[in-house]
Amino acid sequence: MYRYDEFDHSFVKDRVAQFRDQVERRFNGEITEEAFKPLRLMNGVYLQLHAYMLRVAIPYGTLSSRQMRMLAHVARAYDRGYGHFTTRQNIQFNWPKLSRIPDALADLATVEMHAIQTSGNCIRNVTADHFAGAAADEIADPRPYAEILRQWSTVHPEFSFLPRKFKIAVTGAARDRAAIQVHDIGLHLKRNDKGDLGFAVYVGGGQGRTPMIARKIRDFLPERDLLSYTTAIMRVYNLYGRRDNKYKARIKILVHEVGAEAITAQIEEEWQALKDSELKLPDRDIEAIRAYFAPPPLVDRAEGWGNLAAWKKADPEFAAWVRQNVEPHKHPDYAMVTISLKPVGGIPGDASSQQMDSVADIAEEYAFDEIRVTHEQNLVLPHVALGDLEPVYRALKAAGLATANAGLITDIIACPGLDYCALANARSIPLAQSISQRFASAERQREIGELKIKISGCINACGHHHVGHIGLLGVEKKGSELYQITLGGSGDETTSIGDIIGPGFEPDKVTDAIETIVGTYLALRKAPSETFLTAYRRLGAAPFKEALYGHQTNAA
Amino acid sequence: MKAKVLTANRLGDGRCVWYASNGCWVETFDGAAIAADAEALDAFQAEGQRAAAANEVIDVNLIDVDAGQGAPRPVRLRERIRAEGPTIDFEPGTDETVAPAQRRPVAA
Repeated sequence: MYRYDEFDHSFVKDRVAQFRDQVERRFNGEITEEAFKPLRLMNGVYLQLHAYMLRVAIPYGTLSSRQMRMLAHVARAYDRGYGHFTTRQNIQFNWPKLSRIPDALADLATVEMHAIQTSGNCIRNVTADHFAGAAADEIADPRPYAEILRQWSTVHPEFSFLPRKFKIAVTGAARDRAAIQVHDIGLHLKRNDKGDLGFAVYVGGGQGRTPMIARKIRDFLPERDLLSYTTAIMRVYNLYGRRDNKYKARIKILVHEVGAEAITAQIEEEWQALKDSELKLPDRDIEAIRAYFAPPPLVDRAEGWGNLAAWKKADPEFAAWVRQNVEPHKHPDYAMVTISLKPVGGIPGDASSQQMDSVADIAEEYAFDEIRVTHEQNLVLPHVALGDLEPVYRALKAAGLATANAGLITDIIACPGLDYCALANARSIPLAQSISQRFASAERQREIGELKIKISGCINACGHHHVGHIGLLGVEKKGSELYQITLGGSGDETTSIGDIIGPGFEPDKVTDAIETIVGTYLALRKAPSETFLTAYRRLGAAPFKEALYGHQTNAA
Repeated sequence: MKAKVLTANRLGDGRCVWYASNGCWVETFDGAAIAADAEALDAFQAEGQRAAAANEVIDVNLIDVDAGQGAPRPVRLRERIRAEGPTIDFEPGTDETVAPAQRRPVAA
């Protein structure tokens, strides 16, 4: 993974010193809150309902055990002993004191971590497939390009005061595990007929109050043109993006209002001036960054096959965990392990400092010291030998991290919601807990199969409900919480925005509504192998509306 | 006129505070003063501005409360959650300066 050079170290150190000075000047009144707010946002510091919130960047969701231990330390020393992994592969701490945040940032800097540009109207964390560099189906690792974009976008003088936040995602397999089509820029790494690496470029995706699927504006952009072309997109956005209305300021609105063809023409025109500039990436620069992402030394571990078979036979729970949470690796003797942060009835995406330390220990001993954060609020150990799956499982189990539910109905994504967030209209977490508890039975979960529920506590959609197979949107109606249900959303390569299916449900009715939806699916699916999403796309909303609302169909 | 309470977040640590009858900002809603007439409201607004200008607090708001029967209670769910803490059993940590009221989960 990327290691800071001298420049990076001193840059982050200076940034901490700068923020410390800004905090001091805020405390003694030299800067007003109005002036300070954009500055603290650029350092990932929000004010929420109960306290400040610090969002620490985990670039493209990759971190080492040393870094994970530091997150555990930050949780203990500066917070309340836990953190929350987010839908953009970052981590949030909910209770830091502003007076101590500079110290926390100084500690993070010692392990090459920071909170730069995790908020504000700038380019945010560039996210990537959480199975990057390991997945059996990968064409090429997207992370070197995410790193290139990260370096280029950090304190970019031209793009630090955009009309609004800007989010980029990169994926490197035919399957899209980074939800690129609901990002401002989505990059799909691929090869052309000659075997050259490049990107399909998507622009104008997003969720929030106006969900939109990105438009493909380029089928193949050679890798060397990544920065010049992205700069062209950013320049067009920066110039024409609306600044008069916060709710119409994202690039998706610009693409929608101007049209994909027109915007593509503008971008291509802008790019003509840039494509042979210093932004063109020399092969050796790309290789230098790619070298940081060289795979770990994966020695053959063929004995793992036999061991694994024996362990699975001896322990059905272990076998269930392997079936659900373990995915094929490029190397046949290895696998990718998903660590579920969704224990039944638990708080989705939260981990205690002890759990973070446990994950760090396991990663160091068994997984080449590499951990990933997924945009579905789970963790991944991307390189685990088959022969080590059993001890990894035992260690995870001891830490309460072995729930065998990756991708199943209890693997729920929930934003912090009204329990924490100043923007929320309704709570998300208690809903997730109730649904999780109702569907706790492992057997029932397996029967239902893949079913992604995503819950947002307000229209900002941080829970990504628009791309949930079942999406829940919390709203406030007459002073009480109400939840709107959407069906058939997806964030993969077949991205779709969920359909609103009818009037909302009160908090104590939602879980029953989910049961009704699940029951309808089970009754109508062609076979157990037909997933909920596939069945919904075949059946449409009608049978679900009928089941939920009876003869009130066409209410929407 | 609906009864109001003055609330904000403390600048230094971000914690919720409420303006009390003794003129101090306190860490629990229980101690909050209630403005029931225009004069009191003006005083609250003045105090809110003073405290923000003095870099004591940020995000100052006047919130509606039910001051009828029993103990006063914020009207909005959001403010009840601010007063009583997250409604979920989140991980407690080592911060002993957090008031007990902000630790216990509560029904909305």
